[in-house]
Amino acid sequence: MTAKAMLCRCEDVTLDEVMEALDAGHHDIESVKRYTGFGTGWCQGKQCVVDCARLLAQVTGRAPEMPITPRPPLHPVPLGVLASLGGDEEG
Amino acid sequence: MPRVVVIGAGILGLATAYNLAKRGVKDVLVVDRAYLCGGASGRNGGGVRAQFSSETNIRLMRESIEICRDFATEMKINVWFRQGGYLFLTRTAARARDLEENVALQNRCGLPTRMLDPSELHRIVPELSSEGVRAASFNPGDGVVFPWPFIWGYARAAKDLGVTVRPFTEVVGFETRGGRVTGVRLRPTRLSPLDATDEVLPAGDPYTEACDDVVLCAGAWSPKIAALLGLALPNKPHRHEICSTEPLKPWLGPLVADLSDGLYFSQSMRGEIVGGVAVEPVPEGINQQSSRRFLTTYARALVRAIPTMAGVRVLRQWAGCYDLTPDGSPIVGRVAEPSNLTLACGFMGHGFMMAPVMGRLLAEHVATGQTSPLFARWGLDRFARGALEHENMIIG
Repeated sequence: MTAKAMLCRCEDVTLDEVMEALDAGHHDIESVKRYTGFGTGWCQGKQCVVDCARLLAQVTGRAPEMPITPRPPLHPVPLGVLASLGGDEEG
Repeated sequence: MPRVVVIGAGILGLATAYNLAKRGVKDVLVVDRAYLCGGASGRNGGGVRAQFSSETNIRLMRESIEICRDFATEMKINVWFRQGGYLFLTRTAARARDLEENVALQNRCGLPTRMLDPSELHRIVPELSSEGVRAASFNPGDGVVFPWPFIWGYARAAKDLGVTVRPFTEVVGFETRGGRVTGVRLRPTRLSPLDATDEVLPAGDPYTEACDDVVLCAGAWSPKIAALLGLALPNKPHRHEICSTEPLKPWLGPLVADLSDGLYFSQSMRGEIVGGVAVEPVPEGINQQSSRRFLTTYARALVRAIPTMAGVRVLRQWAGCYDLTPDGSPIVGRVAEPSNLTLACGFMGHGFMMAPVMGRLLAEHVATGQTSPLFARWGLDRFARGALEHENMIIG
């Protein structure tokens, strides 16, 4: 992979940018996510989380971390559909 | 050289540390229980506005917006700042009167805020349903930022000036002598695996960092930390949820906030519609979990306000904690004992937008020991004296 390889295609985050975050001392996946913005776009990290976790494990020598906290909904849902649902209970 | 320990590496702690270092107080340690952007500073909607109902907040926020405008140049980082204005609207007569009074006060403070008639409302946001809208106000100078790079900008600039920023470090106690804090007991942490609650686990032995001054700006975590000193704070965490949609072409100028149901939404520079709505009741204490109730309530309110949003998809939702005080104003300044503790918490969900200016004022307060009329009014002892403040422009 070259440094310009696109690691998170939804948010245009390159391998270079993730390496820069690691070099800046961000050695946990939640910090790397917030420093680069990876995993926050359309696919919500379905493609890039694994690559970022592997890079982090390589650089730190630690076992791979749990993925970033998943954010609902699991799949993009139209507001009109959500507006028609019940769900007034907590949960 | 005095040694300052700042508790909380949210935007307020980092802005204070940066401004202390700029004043020459360089022996500053900022600690945080988890990762940077892990608390409200990384979970808010990025709104920056001067439309408030108290002169204090209006004047402070005017200055904060000025700092936001220069932030990218000073800090060499893009914070996606966009001044599209804030459009407040209401569907009740009582709130309409509040809006009119607030606009008059804002004008006296030099803001160009104005009441909008229906045709102007339609011109600014053509997609907005004006059904039932009783009144609306607009200040074109208000805006939105992307919160995360703001944090990284302050953190990097503070570090460049010699400040130490230490995430994954929680406060477990204090050492005191003669009515002063002499040391802060700290313990390394790590994120708890296998759950999504943002809890941290101990990851090492406690140790002490000596200090001459302590600044407590841990947001919703502040009362818990103050309690370690036997200090009872009246503020309470209050969960707020928020979500963002798929990115859209730019179409929405201002942040729109409906004071009658707590709905607010704006379009970020990344194209997403980011917003939230008031949901009551919320779970007690610190809770950063998402709920389906929020998502359906928000969707109903947003589709009512902007019917064309019905086909737009929600990508992600998350939650953070407001830090609420009984009178809607922050708790800021030194306390009687320990005499070298400065509080800066209870910012009512406005802490992010106020931090650029409050960081400057706090640094001055800590570095010089001088107090100001503002800090006297916002001091913790106002609750004992019964000298409460008032602010009615609180969203959500």
